[in-house]
Amino acid sequence: MLSESQSKKIVDFVLELCAKHSSKKHPAQAEVSITGSNVATSRFANNEVTQNQAPDITTVALRVLQDQRQVRLETLDLSDKGLTKLVESAFEAVKLLDRDEQILPLPSKSKKDKDDKLPVRYDKATASETAADRAQKIGEIISLAKASNLSAAGVYCTGANFEAIGNSNGLFNYYRESSCECSLTISKDGITSWAKAHAPKALDIKVKDMTERVIAKTIKAQNPESLPPGKYMAILERAAVLDLLCQLWWDFSATSHIDKLSCLLDKVGQKVFGDNVTIYDDVCHPLQCGSPFDGEGQARMSLPLVQRGVLTGLVHSRQSAAKMQAKSTGHALPQPTGYGEMPANIVVEGGTSTIQDMLSLVQGKDVAVLLTRVWYVREVDPATKLITGMTRDGTFLVQNGAIVRPIKNLRFNISLLDLLNNVIAMGPSLRTAGEEGQPAVVPMMLVRDFNFTEGTRF
Amino acid sequence: MFDYLDIALDAAKHYGATYADARLIDQSSELIETKNLTVSVFNRGNSLGIGIRVIAGGGWGFAATQKLNKKAIIECAKTAVEVAKASGTLMQKPLQLAPEPIYNATWVSPHKVDPFSVSVETKCALLIDCAKTMLAVKGVTLAQGMLHFIRDDKYFASSEGTRVRQIAIRSGCLIAASASSAQERQRRSYPCSFGQYELAGYEMVQNWDLPGHAQQIAEEAVALLTAANCPQGEIDTIIGSSQLGLQIHESMGHPSELDRALGQEINFAGASFLTPDLRNNLKYGSDIVNLVADATAPGALGSFGFDDEGVAAQCTYLVKDGMFEGYLSSRDTALSIGLPRSGGAMRAESWRFVPIIRMTNISLLPGNAGTLQELIEDTGSGIYMETNKSWSIDSMRFNFQFSTEIAWEFKKGKRTRMLKNPSYSGITPVFWNTCDAICSESDYTYWGTPNCGKGQPMQVMWTGHGASPARFRKLTVGISGSGAKA
Repeated sequence: MLSESQSKKIVDFVLELCAKHSSKKHPAQAEVSITGSNVATSRFANNEVTQNQAPDITTVALRVLQDQRQVRLETLDLSDKGLTKLVESAFEAVKLLDRDEQILPLPSKSKKDKDDKLPVRYDKATASETAADRAQKIGEIISLAKASNLSAAGVYCTGANFEAIGNSNGLFNYYRESSCECSLTISKDGITSWAKAHAPKALDIKVKDMTERVIAKTIKAQNPESLPPGKYMAILERAAVLDLLCQLWWDFSATSHIDKLSCLLDKVGQKVFGDNVTIYDDVCHPLQCGSPFDGEGQARMSLPLVQRGVLTGLVHSRQSAAKMQAKSTGHALPQPTGYGEMPANIVVEGGTSTIQDMLSLVQGKDVAVLLTRVWYVREVDPATKLITGMTRDGTFLVQNGAIVRPIKNLRFNISLLDLLNNVIAMGPSLRTAGEEGQPAVVPMMLVRDFNFTEGTRF
Repeated sequence: MFDYLDIALDAAKHYGATYADARLIDQSSELIETKNLTVSVFNRGNSLGIGIRVIAGGGWGFAATQKLNKKAIIECAKTAVEVAKASGTLMQKPLQLAPEPIYNATWVSPHKVDPFSVSVETKCALLIDCAKTMLAVKGVTLAQGMLHFIRDDKYFASSEGTRVRQIAIRSGCLIAASASSAQERQRRSYPCSFGQYELAGYEMVQNWDLPGHAQQIAEEAVALLTAANCPQGEIDTIIGSSQLGLQIHESMGHPSELDRALGQEINFAGASFLTPDLRNNLKYGSDIVNLVADATAPGALGSFGFDDEGVAAQCTYLVKDGMFEGYLSSRDTALSIGLPRSGGAMRAESWRFVPIIRMTNISLLPGNAGTLQELIEDTGSGIYMETNKSWSIDSMRFNFQFSTEIAWEFKKGKRTRMLKNPSYSGITPVFWNTCDAICSESDYTYWGTPNCGKGQPMQVMWTGHGASPARFRKLTVGISGSGAKA
């Protein structure tokens, strides 16, 4: 892990080398990005450790712009010799490309480089946990599983990540964050349940509580029966909400509109979802994580994307902003890229319903399916945002205000445009981790007309 | 480079490892992407580092470093041993490895033209020329292109005495045309939707003749906007070879990974319905279904000389005459189910990752149904689907749903009309038992899948899939609903 001063030293060294390649006739600009991680991952399954890895990697990327051409090169060789070679290779390569008049010069220092609202997300204790510390946590999980004659599998990861970016216009930013992730699957006779949590502080992840909750759910999930496919009400736990909705995030990218790929094309300012749907992007949200600057070092703005169902904005990089006569919102991916930008800190506004409230809304002839989690979610039709996927790790039938029995897993095919027009109730929004996208702040949802199309054998 | 590995192995032994292996990889890569008439991405990368894997205290440990000096490598080995000892405190019994001969060898992947020797101007001009052709077709809203080249120089040594060096060159290429209307987003890609990748040099790019197909895919993308929707029903279906490659990947490749079958991946990638008790007891497919794991196929993306724990490349049956027979395995998992030897399937994305069981080239052996056209004529009426668009399968690998970019209805042995939004679904062993015709070797292609994700943290791996078009009787088509609007 490089400190801010160590990172700055490398950035300055590379930029000084780049300056030597700049001339009046061929002025050059350079951007140096450094990313690093020492997050260690201990994996377990069948109540024993199966893999245990502790890598420590730092990557230096150099983007060079010269004469309306640009290239990006990366190296792991942080020695003076290695960085010198990186610079020389970049300036050799940049000459090989054709001019592109659309390439923008590098940005200057962003006005809002430091945001006082940004929470501290680095915890030294989490960053310095050892293999023995991780083994102790896993040991707790395995002991609880064994005590119930169940089998535990999962990961426990701790460490830290950092990123730094500097350019020849004087911009420099550094950010570091500690990271703890725990996900676990408890199984009995092939029937499973699951939970996952991610936080900057290990102390915020209550491993024992998580394990006990998953054990209880695994026991409830035994002996599932089939449910005929059809449209049902669905209670989506937060991980399910996240792994469904994350398929939509790039549709908020301005580049997806420029390329005419977004399902929200030409709908800015229009009502696209139900009145109860509000979505925004906010790197400073107390439950969010991640760097406060984008792939070009620009400050990430907090902005609404959907307000009470109306599509109010898109996220922009400087490049997409220039094409759409808009302002950059600081959401660029590392440049150059064909994908442009992405919202990185999504918050879906929640409600006040508890799970009991949602269960009680399923009455009379209504039947609902409670989903712990969805799996292998993929886009089937980009225009209607039709997606497919499977339920997994705990699916239950709800009738007359109560969970009545476990059911076998189901395949769904559902339009996210429809889903967000069919939200009946929501719980509070909390930090949530899934497996299809980055963690975000989302609520549990009760929705109508969730379209299950087929079943499977377990 | 072997000197660095010796430092790692000596240090690991010094700190208490009972087994150690080390991989040093020097990787170079070049990625060129075009979007319409501009080069949207030109990236080059170099990655050099060492990964050290040990057994100590009966458990696995792994550490990796990019610092190639004696002090850093010794520290890395020490960390790997510490991590292994922590694992050992939570092992039910100490790890053991299936035996494997000791090797001292060098292996170089077959290639004719080093892609890094071809000028950047030539590569960019190829993609831009394709883009010009695609954009000249009225209605095309986006033209994309991609060339990707990777060179790995990998050194492996183990405490048992194996020392091998492998040089692998991989090349990939893609062009794609998109067309959008208010109601539709359609895309056609060539050679396949993620790009075709091979263990080959620049000659593969020339062989696939991207300029010769740009016009056709552009016209098809536009035509799809107004094509008829794929119908719903149980329909005799011929699946094109690249789509069938992904079908094999998802419904045979992953379920035959022994770590999944043993429950080791259940928390993320999932488990498998192919449990060890079903070996030689499950009729996985019809009698003509023969699936192999072949790491020796020349030029196929999943080939190598030795896997990442020093096991020599092999070709083994996973399904023979329709019966489930074998697994993709590692030295420890093979031994745990009583196999005499690993199947040689342990690979890591790079030096920084621990090896895990991965697909090599999982292939459906060709049949005797002749060419695709002959199979269409033999079938009479049905649907032919081509080029993957979307893929999803449950966590035990039973229920799958795929959609493809394009399909054609055929009647009386002749293609009649183009169909948009095609999809099909099924249950893996039921599906493979409905396979009653496979095209011959003349239509056989090794498709390369460059983006197979597995493991925690996620690793991406190169896998290959040989396939000819094949027929599936009364396949469930169109249940996704995307083809039901007409």
